[in-house]
Amino acid sequence: MKPFDYVRAEDPAAARKAAATAGATFISGGTNLLDLMKLEVMAPDTLVDISRLPLDGIEDHEGGLRIGATVTNSDLAADMRVRRVYPILSRALLAGASGQLRNKATTGGNLLQRTRCPYFYDTDTPCNKRTPGEGCAALGGETRNHAILGTSDHCIALHPSDMAVAMRALGAQVEVEAADGTTKLHEMDDFYRLPGDTPHIETVLQPGDLITAVRLPAPQGDRQVYRKVRDRASYAFALVSVGAVIRMEQGRIAHAGVAFGGLGTKPWRDPEVDALLTGNAPSRELFDEAADTLLRGAKAQDGTEFKLPLARRVLRATLEEATQ
Amino acid sequence: MSLDLKVDGQSEDRAEGYAQGILGTPMDRPDGEAKVTGAATYAADEVPEGCLVGMLVRAPGHGRIEVLNLDEVRNSDGVRAVIRDPRMIRNAAQGTANQAPVQGVDKADYIGQPVALVVAESFETARHAAHSLKLRTDGSPGIVNPEDAEPEGEPDTTTGDLDGAMSSAAHSVDVIYTTASSVSAAMEPHATLAWWDGDRLTVRSALQMLKYNRNELADSLEIDPENVRLLAPFVGGGFGSKLGISADAVAAAIAAKELGRPVQVVQHRRQVFETVTRRSETRQRIRLAADAEGRLSGIGHESLVSNLPGEGFAEPVAQATHFAYGGAHRVIGERLARLNRPAAGSVRAPGEAVGVTAFECAMDELASDVGIDPVELRLRNIPDKDPESGIPFSSHMLERSLREGAERFGWAARDVAPRARREGEWWIGTGMAAAFRVNLMMEAEARIALSPEGAVVETDMTDIGTGTYAILTQIAGEALGLPADRVEVRLGDTTFPPGSGSGGSFGAATTGNAVWLAAQEIRQAIAQRMNCDEADLTLKDGTAICGNESRPIAELLDGGSLNGHGHVTAGDAFSDVRQSTFGAHFAEVAVNDVTGEVRVRRMQGTFACGRILNEKTARSQCHGGMTWGIGMALTEGLTHDRRDGHIVNRDFAEYHMAVNADVPPLDVHLLEERDPWSGPLQAKGLGELGICGAGAAVLNAVHHACGVRVRDMPATPDRVLAGLE
Amino acid sequence: MKITLTINKHAQTVDVDPRVSLLDALRGELGLTGSKKGCDHGQCGACTVLVNGRRINSCLSLAVMHDGDEVTTVEGLANGELSPLQAAFVEHDGFQCGFCTPGQLCSATGMLGELEDGWPSHASDSLEGGYELTEEELSERMSGNLCRCSCYPGINAAIRQAAEKDGAA
Repeated sequence: MKPFDYVRAEDPAAARKAAATAGATFISGGTNLLDLMKLEVMAPDTLVDISRLPLDGIEDHEGGLRIGATVTNSDLAADMRVRRVYPILSRALLAGASGQLRNKATTGGNLLQRTRCPYFYDTDTPCNKRTPGEGCAALGGETRNHAILGTSDHCIALHPSDMAVAMRALGAQVEVEAADGTTKLHEMDDFYRLPGDTPHIETVLQPGDLITAVRLPAPQGDRQVYRKVRDRASYAFALVSVGAVIRMEQGRIAHAGVAFGGLGTKPWRDPEVDALLTGNAPSRELFDEAADTLLRGAKAQDGTEFKLPLARRVLRATLEEATQ
Repeated sequence: MSLDLKVDGQSEDRAEGYAQGILGTPMDRPDGEAKVTGAATYAADEVPEGCLVGMLVRAPGHGRIEVLNLDEVRNSDGVRAVIRDPRMIRNAAQGTANQAPVQGVDKADYIGQPVALVVAESFETARHAAHSLKLRTDGSPGIVNPEDAEPEGEPDTTTGDLDGAMSSAAHSVDVIYTTASSVSAAMEPHATLAWWDGDRLTVRSALQMLKYNRNELADSLEIDPENVRLLAPFVGGGFGSKLGISADAVAAAIAAKELGRPVQVVQHRRQVFETVTRRSETRQRIRLAADAEGRLSGIGHESLVSNLPGEGFAEPVAQATHFAYGGAHRVIGERLARLNRPAAGSVRAPGEAVGVTAFECAMDELASDVGIDPVELRLRNIPDKDPESGIPFSSHMLERSLREGAERFGWAARDVAPRARREGEWWIGTGMAAAFRVNLMMEAEARIALSPEGAVVETDMTDIGTGTYAILTQIAGEALGLPADRVEVRLGDTTFPPGSGSGGSFGAATTGNAVWLAAQEIRQAIAQRMNCDEADLTLKDGTAICGNESRPIAELLDGGSLNGHGHVTAGDAFSDVRQSTFGAHFAEVAVNDVTGEVRVRRMQGTFACGRILNEKTARSQCHGGMTWGIGMALTEGLTHDRRDGHIVNRDFAEYHMAVNADVPPLDVHLLEERDPWSGPLQAKGLGELGICGAGAAVLNAVHHACGVRVRDMPATPDRVLAGLE
Repeated sequence: MKITLTINKHAQTVDVDPRVSLLDALRGELGLTGSKKGCDHGQCGACTVLVNGRRINSCLSLAVMHDGDEVTTVEGLANGELSPLQAAFVEHDGFQCGFCTPGQLCSATGMLGELEDGWPSHASDSLEGGYELTEEELSERMSGNLCRCSCYPGINAAIRQAAEKDGAA
């Protein structure tokens, strides 16, 4: 771990100011950042500690919820409003990591979780995400926990979050305070960037931008399912996960918000999949068509071929469960 | 004085008649309190004042190593040295090597080889400086994939005409199974604290076999072993990974000498994955030829395994196949591919863990083909003597294991055909496998000092979690008539008599017998003071009884003490008869029809290992083995980059060993047995039997559940799904 | 940086490099070597301690971020005699090598608190609460603590016994 300056922010404004300098980054839970700093995959010059800022509340907001950026995964999953109204979010959170990690990991930090690509973690192999222009060792290497959607010739790194998948399915917004104090609101759908030829730039955040909250709209569907497939029964990242928020009216799908983990370079949601489902009666054919739509642009490697049939099957089963 | 025994024949069961009654009981571990309070000190837990911290640096490629910024790092704040010493070792020594492994830092034979040690005033400084060291390598990877190598070796058993037997067989199986490269992953990373007093070196390290490790370290450093003292009172798991001296120990000793201060080197978990020997991946061709009733006429078990050039170990995949089942026509043996991957060595039950597992899967395939119950297939093929050498078995407990295990599991209620039970999305099925593991004995010494306060047992034996503290307490207490709280066992210090070390399941029986012999010597002395024949002596709760006379031992000692020394070696009993342990595994699994995920719902293991020395610790060992079987079958495997052989998934997030939720209720049934050929205690090894074949029961259950045979382990969801699609 | 931690009910001030993890501060600066470093990346759970009553991986947290916090380590679980949980671990052989044990004990202590607070888990059928220590709940909630000796049967039996005793008291 490279030496760094540690600054404990007393209020959000001070935090933004401290973080606006080059090489500075926020830390709250630290469960991913410190992991990466120990390996010098990340090497910030300054850590701005926001863990004591008053960003840890969950409030009712415009018919929905406003979740503070430093609310821990545990507190969020256990919140009774989340459990009752946004069960997909509780389920996604509980399907991730371990009890200990969820007690530290925060909402804002989880959104910014970095990929688990083993070549990204290995500073002795080239990685465009870690060092722009260096090359990608994963391409032609050993792939398994890699993306098949949204990839580029420069990066096939997977976004590993469970929480963010549920939030995408729910149509969440990310509330950000910019360095100049203005508040910006990003749709989750616009928050993440595809890797393209700049895989090191993962979100639309600018230097000094502080995520202050995630806003959940009033749920548009009461049938919420999060299903995760992994290599062991617990404490493993998703091979494939599907989160579905569905509203049924008179036997037809009136609203569909379906998001995916384990597949994309960002938490994945495809408007064409949602559009295809909406207005139709559930059927196996419909679900298969949704899978065709989802996977139409998929690009698998040798080690990720299995995700094509797996995604199809899990999507089908998830939609069956959500539309029953 | 010493009581020496070379185990040449059968031993009398003296313990049966002893009065203390603690041997074999499920006694709590005497070291338990230290372990639950954090007081047990492992290799990295004692740090003296002024200790420096060393961090190993890995080779990023193959070939000659060039350091681009040596002076810069060496001169940075807090850094005391960057050591690149030709005595540093390439990888951990093989078990019982007793000499230095391959040494040198000028060139890397595999990616991840330690090629420098950065020493600094603090852990943080050392870690950063190690990262900062810029290395360049100029070599090509060479051969890194087994199929690209020209393998060494020929089958060591070729009897009869297997091809002929296969072509004339009523039923035959000819299949290829593969098992993944894997690691021990003991929870304690390899760690060393080293300091010198003049020419005398003391090393506190995480090691399994101190008497060999001392010689390995001394040979690496080119010093007299007499000047080396090793300490390992608590070891955080070994499973083979700490059999030989590891890179941290040699580097720490070199640094401590050079800098004149104690040096601690703890391997980062990612380094442990690379520098410590892994279990080789295996490719196993298994051929079975059988008659219409399933009686085997031929067995083929040919494997391809790998290791680094210069390593004298090849995973003995077919070790148990030589004696497991009859069949006149046999081709059995291993070939070795020399690869520039991290070195391979012994990992829990080398040979049988992977060999029995694959073979027992093939047996399940044969049972399906013949159309008989898989338990019945095994019963029909139990040999009455060693099928290759013709020598008798010391004992043969397979039939009892199979029958009692099947009974406890409820095997009889099983549907014969696969894909017969479904619960929602889940296919439910059951499977079984036989378990075999050779029984070994090594050489060990131990001493006991009996004073009025009680007995102190000393040997350089280790307790790597196996329960050595408990069982040696029980053995000494039983023989000397003392309750457990009057026996103190001291381990893990080379100033004590050399024990066997922990490995190969031989520790308990070997070192246990040495302690037993030491106690016998003391019994003879007590009998002399009682003026009676030792055979008529009863010792219980600190009292010696002979005929009508009863005297406190403390009184007999008359303020002094009695010393006993025991020394045991394996003799003809280990060549005149075939010694093995036996068992049976049963498993019930659920396979998800949508995702291919497998969940083990329950497992039963029945094991015969001679006398059980401590029923509680024995059971825990079996739990461990069975759980490893689940991991091998379903989740565990190293991924080597095919371009350069490096280990891609070298952390616990991506190398998936079983977590709590992967492990169902495990029923362990220990058969009551005495094996008089195994030494005076009549006990055999048990730490490894539990893994041998456990994974096969799981995979056979997967087949029974959903009809999919997964022949490439681990059976991750994608591999099961490929069969379901 | 100078920070004050209340460790096992005793306030202690230490001066640490900002890079020092809470785990390394406990082990190195404070001599509490019960907490173990098995992976240093939050992937094994051997370093689990309780901070302000909650279980966390102390390896993945900076000591400087815990100024003023209350920390309980394995050394603080016994109060003169072994706690019921510690005693149950010994009785049920909830360990072999013992290296993961301090983390298992702290994790179990925190986990039982979470259960009492009605937190759901991945194994819960419903999110409505009222959770009991079924095998599924227990094993899921303890899955953040690896045990390579694989003493999960003993660990779970010990936790169950301690929880039942606690419930009865």
